Amino acid sequence: MSAAAAEAQAQAPARSRTGRIAARFATLRAEGRGALMPFLEAYDPDPATSMAILRGMPGAGADLIEIGVPFTDPAADGPTVQKAGQRALKAGGTLAGALAMVRDFRRDDDETPLVLMGYLNPILAYGAERFCCDARESGVDGLIVVDMPPEEAEELRPYAQGLDMVRLVAPTSLQGRLPVVLDGAGGFIYYVAITGITGTRSAEVQDLEKAIPIVRAATDLPIAIGFGVRTPAQAADAVRVADGAVVASSLIEILAGTLDEAGRATSGTVRAVLDGVRALAEGVRGAREG
Amino acid sequence: MNKPLPTPLPNSLRQGPDVRGRFGDFGGRFVAETLMPNIVEVQEAYDAARKDPEFDKEWRRLLKDYVGRPSPLWFAERLTNHLGGAKVYLKREELNHTGAHKINAVLAQIMLAKRMGKTRIIAETGAGQHGVATATACALFDLPCTVFMGATDVERQKPNVFRMKLLGAEVNAVTSGAATLKDAMNEALRYWVANVHDTYYCIGTVAGPAPYPQMVRDFQCVIGEETKEQCLAIEGRLPDVVVCAVGGGSSAMGIFHPFLDDAEVKLVGVEAAGHGIESGQHAAAINGGRPGVLHGNKTYLLQDRHGQITEAHSISAGLDYPGIGPEHSWLHEIGRVEYTAATDDEALSAFMLCSKLEGIIPALESAHGLAEVIKRAPEMGKDEIIVLNLSGRGDKDIFTVAHHLGEAL
Repeated sequence: MSAAAAEAQAQAPARSRTGRIAARFATLRAEGRGALMPFLEAYDPDPATSMAILRGMPGAGADLIEIGVPFTDPAADGPTVQKAGQRALKAGGTLAGALAMVRDFRRDDDETPLVLMGYLNPILAYGAERFCCDARESGVDGLIVVDMPPEEAEELRPYAQGLDMVRLVAPTSLQGRLPVVLDGAGGFIYYVAITGITGTRSAEVQDLEKAIPIVRAATDLPIAIGFGVRTPAQAADAVRVADGAVVASSLIEILAGTLDEAGRATSGTVRAVLDGVRALAEGVRGAREG
Repeated sequence: MNKPLPTPLPNSLRQGPDVRGRFGDFGGRFVAETLMPNIVEVQEAYDAARKDPEFDKEWRRLLKDYVGRPSPLWFAERLTNHLGGAKVYLKREELNHTGAHKINAVLAQIMLAKRMGKTRIIAETGAGQHGVATATACALFDLPCTVFMGATDVERQKPNVFRMKLLGAEVNAVTSGAATLKDAMNEALRYWVANVHDTYYCIGTVAGPAPYPQMVRDFQCVIGEETKEQCLAIEGRLPDVVVCAVGGGSSAMGIFHPFLDDAEVKLVGVEAAGHGIESGQHAAAINGGRPGVLHGNKTYLLQDRHGQITEAHSISAGLDYPGIGPEHSWLHEIGRVEYTAATDDEALSAFMLCSKLEGIIPALESAHGLAEVIKRAPEMGKDEIIVLNLSGRGDKDIFTVAHHLGEAL
């Protein structure tokens, strides 16, 4: 982080409402480290395995967790996340199922922020108002709705009090769209590191070093980098320039690699994914040392 | 034919969409943030092009000398006598170069892409008609073209795959999801997100994020404008009923839109009922679906109660799509257009009848519209006029029809 950016951050006014996301970033800032946000697709490859991974993630070093809601037509996702979604749908995955996982998780953990990431149609089918209400009550902290840009945010905004609407900022947003995207944003900013779909390419550090200060100058919210963060080293790079790293596809690849020929979980599935999270956490925690 | 696109009057049903790209609550721009600047760029380029007389002049020249417009409005006398009711007219879009209405909007979009300085064209296709039209225009304009097509469709539409390749296009067989048209559209959107700087996405129907529903409609309105002029010239008045099959709904929007403010003209859209709406095996988004969001727009969709998109079924690959253009959803809700449905079997019967009585082999898509004419014309007076938009020719469908008749080719 540049000195100017650090100073800007230190002077940022405290957020009026401190939900779990704000509280967690405040703690991490005090500790002087960035956040690791692993992703898992709800119900991939089955509800029990996916629940076990979710439960194990905080212990393996996850600071915040993103839960993907399966959708038949994930137009912003690459092949890895698409396949995870298809396995999840086959296992009966739904938005209601993802909320049930959150409720389960909250029985033992009232601190780790949970963010649901998905597409708008399952939310509309559930009912926008009823969904926001149930999400809050279940213990969801934030929402990322991939195909709901700021121009369409009214679909949920009237009902979303108490839920942080996490906005995606893409490299293409930097030319003139930042004020639009940041208006109404909450929780943190999800910087999409590549112009492309999830899991296909890796971000260049030089590009991030140019882009992140531009975003930081325009918002007090923490910034996490996702799309193209795959390895512990890349996660470390991400938290050197920003406040958090989101890792999805490489963890899903680990999971997929442990499945049997019929696509079912094996005895090693949960441990392999959590080992992946541990390795990423080490990368993130070591990033700002030395 | 050298006039700019017509401007609708105040208090007209032809004013949509609004600045948010909405027709009532339908439409919009539901795309990932990465694509938003592109959508805005297309919108701005389109807004500039539609006001440019030079753009219109060049497009009209292509429509006349390359496509072969205007397409005739044919009085189907034998069909009329057979049905024993209203006079049946066929708007013969099947005579266009490439065999369907698709080329009208494709040429204009490729001209737009050139204006925008884009150097690569992508398109999605189901049956292959839009893919062939796009490959054709790209050959003419010397632009590289990639067509995304579900692997299932590549297998069942081999002649069109070969046509696209002959025209110099690359056909990308999409294996994700169910490997059909909706997945081809997902894949085209994915490609576009990753190649936003140099690529133009040529959408084949009146769906997708704004401005596509409006833009494709405007470029297809040439069908309805001609129909209006031709009907006035032949009959001295407007038709009583205009019928068109609806998948995504580009041919229907094209013929309906110029008639929207003519309250005396009844407009009927015909969805694909497949094996019957009650069977669940159909492609009737309005008759058998609910509003939702897919592929950049809010519209009626086939979906389960969890909001997962379900697979469409129709004997006609061109209607085999789980959504419909957002303006149709709006026209349905305000009641201006009636949306009915025809089954696979009804379409097949209409296909046979038209071939034998008129010597015109219609596309299976258009045969759905004809099935509605067959139901409706006998109930109408002999002095009444019903127009069917015969949107495409059926040469591409002979294999499917032969299969259903139990004949090997």
